[in-house]
Amino acid sequence: MTEFLQALGDFAFLRRALFAGLLASVACGVVGTYVVTRRITAIVGSLSHAVLGGMGIAYWLAVGKGWTWLHPLHGALAAAVLGAVILGLARARMREREDTVISALWAVGMAVGILFLFQTPGTKADLMTYLFGNIAMVDPGALPLLIGLDLAVLLAAFLFYNPLLAVCFDEEFARLRGVNVEFFYTLLLMLAALTVVTLVYVVGVVMAIALVTLPVSVAGRFSARLWQMMVLAAILSGTFTTAGLALGYGADLPAGAVTILLAAAVFIVVHATAALIRRRSR
Amino acid sequence: MSGQKRVPAACFRNVDFRYGRHDVLRGVDLDIEDGAFVSIVGPNGGGKTTLLRLMLGLLQPVRGEVRIFGQPPRAAVRSIGYMPQHTNLDPMFPVTALDVTLMGRLGQRRHFGPYARADRRAARAALADCEAENLADRPFADLSGGQRQRVLIARALAGEPRLLLLDEPTASLDPGVQDDLYDLLHLLNERMTVVLVSHDVAVVSRHVRQVICVNVEVAQHPSEALSGELAQLFSSGARLVRHDHHTGPGEHRHD
Repeated sequence: MTEFLQALGDFAFLRRALFAGLLASVACGVVGTYVVTRRITAIVGSLSHAVLGGMGIAYWLAVGKGWTWLHPLHGALAAAVLGAVILGLARARMREREDTVISALWAVGMAVGILFLFQTPGTKADLMTYLFGNIAMVDPGALPLLIGLDLAVLLAAFLFYNPLLAVCFDEEFARLRGVNVEFFYTLLLMLAALTVVTLVYVVGVVMAIALVTLPVSVAGRFSARLWQMMVLAAILSGTFTTAGLALGYGADLPAGAVTILLAAAVFIVVHATAALIRRRSR
Repeated sequence: MSGQKRVPAACFRNVDFRYGRHDVLRGVDLDIEDGAFVSIVGPNGGGKTTLLRLMLGLLQPVRGEVRIFGQPPRAAVRSIGYMPQHTNLDPMFPVTALDVTLMGRLGQRRHFGPYARADRRAARAALADCEAENLADRPFADLSGGQRQRVLIARALAGEPRLLLLDEPTASLDPGVQDDLYDLLHLLNERMTVVLVSHDVAVVSRHVRQVICVNVEVAQHPSEALSGELAQLFSSGARLVRHDHHTGPGEHRHD
């Protein structure tokens, strides 16, 4: 541990990784809480793979075709918005088959990403980076991006806390109280998409999915109110990313994978213990 | 204001509804008076819930018209308090009873920013009306079935409705708790029209003055007509009761 603290003082890349993890945790706690309670975690998985497709195309255009002004983030953002629109339409127009569209978008996004990254010279290693991310290689430009994301997410969650809560808890009742359910559901998808884009860019696809589900689900066990769940999820998520970074640095292991397995271990222990206690009390 | 008294709380005129080519409701003519206490009963799939959803404006009739206090349901929706079945809600959701009740205030206020003090006062008053003010800060997930029903009724009341619609309010409750809930509904009926949907005619006919039978077509009875053997027969299994689809308007047989 002291070794990690020492290294934090010495290396700017580690400090960046630490801040990136903590900043990402804020957005994860808030958006993850909505996503988990509204039970649309599969949508986050689907969107994050659609984002991979967008990044792949942008990367191919930038490196392979010489469109040097194009950044992978532009592709990611375009793919996330397109994905959110497709999923919104699937929900409105073909409710019974919504989950099919979610899975299809997941697979197609992944396939497009792989295809275009494969076609781009010298990107074999980058595919792994996009999938599992490499928090230790966060570029300096990512930090302002994360701060912007956090501000946007916190503002939306503060302004629309009550209608979003109502839409997540009981959509039909919210509609009957005059809440524009479609607007708030789309807002939720957009927040999820923004969060996913940033997270995929900073920490990778798999870690994005893990961070908006695992710490949030653990937090749900200990929260009586939605805002408590957000705060606790953000704290847990920050703890996991920091611990993952420290352990990964100490043992020379990929920090992202360590973070996910750490979060998963706590997730399993907490839910298994809760299940045991419930069985005892019966 | 005496003229307003004559506007029925709910009014169906020659309403048809179908899902695809399957007739759910046919030629429904129905008036529910302001101040009434009515139960809609009928076999599963007979159209009870569809009737309720038409009143809420969640469904549009294929033919005919529905009026709530003389207005289209969508325009009148804020004068309706709705209690859905609590079994449709996520039992793990992190909300307190007060959080749930406050959702009933959403139609009464702007949609952004925190709730005002007046909203909190109204929500607490609604909980008190349902004898549930001591539950306010308890997690909704920890409440019993009967307590959840009371909180959901409080949520419906928080919007200050003139018409209270309840979907199977006593389903999966113990008989003692059911009776308490009907006592509460009778108390509320002094202030507003109460309409509930139930599949349990035996229970309903003990507590409610007027019963509306729905099985594609609709018939209205005073509840005495359904008491005794008839209610027994009806509640012992929907299959035993055949509502003849070919009876004329006004005619309605349980045999």
